[in-house]
Amino acid sequence: MPANIVLVTGVGGELGGRLLARLGNDADLERVIGVDTSPPSRAVQQRMGHAEFVRADIRNPLIAKIITSARVDTVVHASTTCHPAGPGRRMAIKEVNVIGTMRLLAACQRSPLVRKLVVKSTAAVYGASSRSPAVLTEDSELIPASANGYAKDAVEMEGYVRGLSRRRPDITVTMARLVNVIGPDVDTVLARYFALPVVPTVLGFDARIQLLHSADALAVLERATLHDRPGVFNVGADGVLTLSQAIRRAGRVELPVPRAAMPSIGRVLRGARVVDFSSDQVRLLNFGRVVDNTRLKETFGYTPRWSTREAFDDFVQGRGLRPLVDGDRAAGLASAVLTAAATGQTTRR
Amino acid sequence: MTTSTTAQVIPLHRVRERATEPVRRAIPVEAPAPPAADEAPVLPPPDRAGSAAPSGAEDESLPAALGRLLGFLRHRLTGDYSVDEFGFDAELTETLLLPPLRVLYDKWFRVSTHGVPNLPAEGGALLVCNHSGVLPLDSVMTAVAVHDEHPAHRHLRMLGADLLFRTPVLGTLARRSGQTLACNPDAERLLRAGELVGVWPEGFKGVGKPYSARYKLQRFGRGGFVSAALRTGVPIIPCAIVGAEEIYPKLGDIRPLARLLGLPYFPVTPFFPLLGPLGTVPLPTKWHIEFGEPISTGTYEAEAEEDPMLVFNLTDQVRESIQQMLYRRLAQRRDVFRG
Repeated sequence: MPANIVLVTGVGGELGGRLLARLGNDADLERVIGVDTSPPSRAVQQRMGHAEFVRADIRNPLIAKIITSARVDTVVHASTTCHPAGPGRRMAIKEVNVIGTMRLLAACQRSPLVRKLVVKSTAAVYGASSRSPAVLTEDSELIPASANGYAKDAVEMEGYVRGLSRRRPDITVTMARLVNVIGPDVDTVLARYFALPVVPTVLGFDARIQLLHSADALAVLERATLHDRPGVFNVGADGVLTLSQAIRRAGRVELPVPRAAMPSIGRVLRGARVVDFSSDQVRLLNFGRVVDNTRLKETFGYTPRWSTREAFDDFVQGRGLRPLVDGDRAAGLASAVLTAAATGQTTRR
Repeated sequence: MTTSTTAQVIPLHRVRERATEPVRRAIPVEAPAPPAADEAPVLPPPDRAGSAAPSGAEDESLPAALGRLLGFLRHRLTGDYSVDEFGFDAELTETLLLPPLRVLYDKWFRVSTHGVPNLPAEGGALLVCNHSGVLPLDSVMTAVAVHDEHPAHRHLRMLGADLLFRTPVLGTLARRSGQTLACNPDAERLLRAGELVGVWPEGFKGVGKPYSARYKLQRFGRGGFVSAALRTGVPIIPCAIVGAEEIYPKLGDIRPLARLLGLPYFPVTPFFPLLGPLGTVPLPTKWHIEFGEPISTGTYEAEAEEDPMLVFNLTDQVRESIQQMLYRRLAQRRDVFRG
């Protein structure tokens, strides 16, 4: 059944706001309502079409009233943040992630008109460790990396969503487990991380990184909203970059730090309000994580248009990151030196 | 371990063996000439200068190997290379990791390989080998053997313990060289992708076996490798490695120290820890790596891996054939160091 009246949560955020603008310009939708505690960015407000914004907290019972009075049939839960870009208050984020989700799901269960639920989740639910398989499928075990991180919140949140789909089997539930999103104009934790002039990495480890271009993330959420695609889907681009490779491509300087010193570095970066370097994040940089997107391509019917490498290069170019280390020039220099050493004379070009 | 009750006779000397199977070090004649990129050492040989460098930016008069090295360096410095989803980096493996290992392979252990035609030219296969040697040098040497002796220069994708991937530097190198965690999802994924996968099912029990238990195969795990092969329908190739079990004669084990360091064992050999770092030099034994006849798994019906009895029987069959190959090779061997 096509969606008609859509409610989007978390429109103050990066992806939520864009999704609201995209849906707001879709003439087939009768009504699009965006909900958040803070209004969407100015850019979104200017081009959000016929979408409306309601300032409401999803932890508040008011959300149930909005859902029933507006006769919402499709709920898109995009306010979950597993990788807050900047340092935020840990408890406040957990509140929105867990308690907010519970409230929202309770309201969905109550309203007989709700037919579809789209949840933006995260691939962090799989954790990252030396014991996890190299490539994770949707059926892999969910082992949160730590007992109290954002990944744990996401696992709990998914549990509540499964509970709702058990109690209301008539609701089409789509759960999209997004890998780290990157793009020229979105502010995510990895975007901030790779923008650091000196990038701390875990000494002796070179994780595999899988990324998702923000345009693809948006397209997947939009498609899940407009079409019925029940199930859990890993959403990640094709291909893999290693962390050192990504740093090299962005022209940054790598600073290997012993694993034991990582938490203190994280605290400094947090304290300086540069980037939120949670323990989940450190584990990701330590062991890396790659998910299998076969189900996304075959069952969901969407092939990411950007590969991990293209997405990263687009981010580097779009951000205008000026390379601190010019790999090309360094390679040219090295080749000149080696040539001179091998032939016994300097080359003139 | 066998299901039959009668005693089994292991033919120690294959009749035609000596005549028809010379030490197969050279690549078969009918095989196409190997691409120079894989074979050439990193340093330029003194007599071979003048061929054009592969990457255009370099000087024309440079030796090809130096040109390749510069190309490699450029790729590294600009991050312009690709790794697969397991983290395997073919360029790095061939340029940086294999050459030093090849010295160890050719000069130190003087590895002879037998039965290379048993390795499939393409498509997935599961190589199952005996494990030994305190440090898993046998797996590394098998990877070199498969890459260098196989006409298509296939890479052996090995399955390792999680301890390996927890170790700094080694864990990363393992991933870059195509290894991954020994678990069924990874094994099946590699086999489905048509890769040649190597597994050492004895695990730590095998690699840390005492000198007195050399060439006695330990328990073959829980047979997870058999169910992976059954599920993907790839053949199992038993592989016997002779010579590796004597490189570090493990006489004892300092358990408290092992526990303290979080290692599965802390070996005591005649030279280690007595001679300190010098004791970590492996003994220069002569090695033989034999690839046996493939055991087909494609003939079983679907869901065959759900039958534990079948899995156990197949596990025993593989184990038995490796043990037989080991005994046969050992009987033919005259000397540990000269083969």
